[in-house]
Amino acid sequence: MSALGVYLPGDSPLHRAPAGAKLLGLTLAEAGAVLLPGPWSVGAALAVVAGLYAFARVPFRVAWAQTRPILLIALLVGGFQMFGAGVDRALVVAGQLVLSVSLAGLVTLTTRSADLLDVIERGCRPLRFVGVDGARVALVLALAIRAVPVVAALTQEVREAQRARGVTGGLTAFAVPLLVRTLRYADNLGEALAARGVDD
Amino acid sequence: MRPDQSDNHADSPQTPSGRRLPARDLALIAVFAGLIAALGLAPPVYLFGGSVPITLQTLGVMLAGSVLGARRGFLACLVFLALVAIGLPLLSGGRGGLGVFAGPSAGYLVGWPLGAFVTGWIVERSRRYSIPVGLLANVVGGVLVVYALGIPVQSWRISTSTFVGTLIAAAVYLPGDLTKAVVSTLVTRGVRRALPTPAGPGRTGSDRT
Repeated sequence: MSALGVYLPGDSPLHRAPAGAKLLGLTLAEAGAVLLPGPWSVGAALAVVAGLYAFARVPFRVAWAQTRPILLIALLVGGFQMFGAGVDRALVVAGQLVLSVSLAGLVTLTTRSADLLDVIERGCRPLRFVGVDGARVALVLALAIRAVPVVAALTQEVREAQRARGVTGGLTAFAVPLLVRTLRYADNLGEALAARGVDD
Repeated sequence: MRPDQSDNHADSPQTPSGRRLPARDLALIAVFAGLIAALGLAPPVYLFGGSVPITLQTLGVMLAGSVLGARRGFLACLVFLALVAIGLPLLSGGRGGLGVFAGPSAGYLVGWPLGAFVTGWIVERSRRYSIPVGLLANVVGGVLVVYALGIPVQSWRISTSTFVGTLIAAAVYLPGDLTKAVVSTLVTRGVRRALPTPAGPGRTGSDRT
């Protein structure tokens, strides 16, 4: 996983498929995953997903990192179901969890964030009539991506300032100055945007 | 919504009608989405001598509603979720991507924008921000509304009864979330005192020229 995102660069057909098509396929597959009747069909679907990971040439290490958290949860849930509802049900519930999360993870691994941003912007076009402006949505998303490291740096600043003054106060003593700095940054950003004619 | 008071930020007479958001609101929404993300990057805070780890991400959700108000708080959370959905690892613990929306806690995530909206809505109803109002807003919006979406989805995904799901939520999340509701209230009050004019949104006469 890179610092920029979960995307795994590659050149497989899955990587090259258009993002919108992948999202559509994912939605249909997720709906289908819920309808799988028994442990055998869930197992077969899991094998297909594993095959797709191999087809996209996702290294085992990356695939493992992607699925490990849900595997842990699935184990817990499966163990819990085993007592209440029997082995078959436990396998289906746990398997469906792993199936749907790993399938969604595969789309994320093989699709650039920028391409998904484009899908969001295009998806907003039909919403024009209720006052949603796709260009402004894209602008806000870009600004938000930029704001993450900025606000992270502000948290660092506040921590250091507190350490320098010997303040060891709780969460409130940390969060108030952080919020004040964050709002100031937002205000400057807003003025800069207005100055560039965003409101015109 | 009362258009005269509910969205009384500086330069936007047209906003409450649902038309275009002015630049300042776009900035506030984007920066608060960044704040929610940054709070997730911070290592967890430990309460009660390290026995209860608290990630600050949902504090960011409550603050978005409390500080920005219903509409902008809702949108800030939505923008944050969009960043997660396009694959940025911004959820606490470095999770991200579409997988989290297919997992058992998806309902909680979807509940965030609505929770922030309700929090902001309650805050906007009251003339001044007092501790009881803040607590009510944060607990109803930031906890009850989020759980109302989170618990059914979780129960469905792990195939338990809603009752068992509620017990899980109450045991695992509730102590931390109630603590965050208190912190959010105190922080919001502190921010409103510290910033009487410039960026204190949701205040009457927060005009900045």
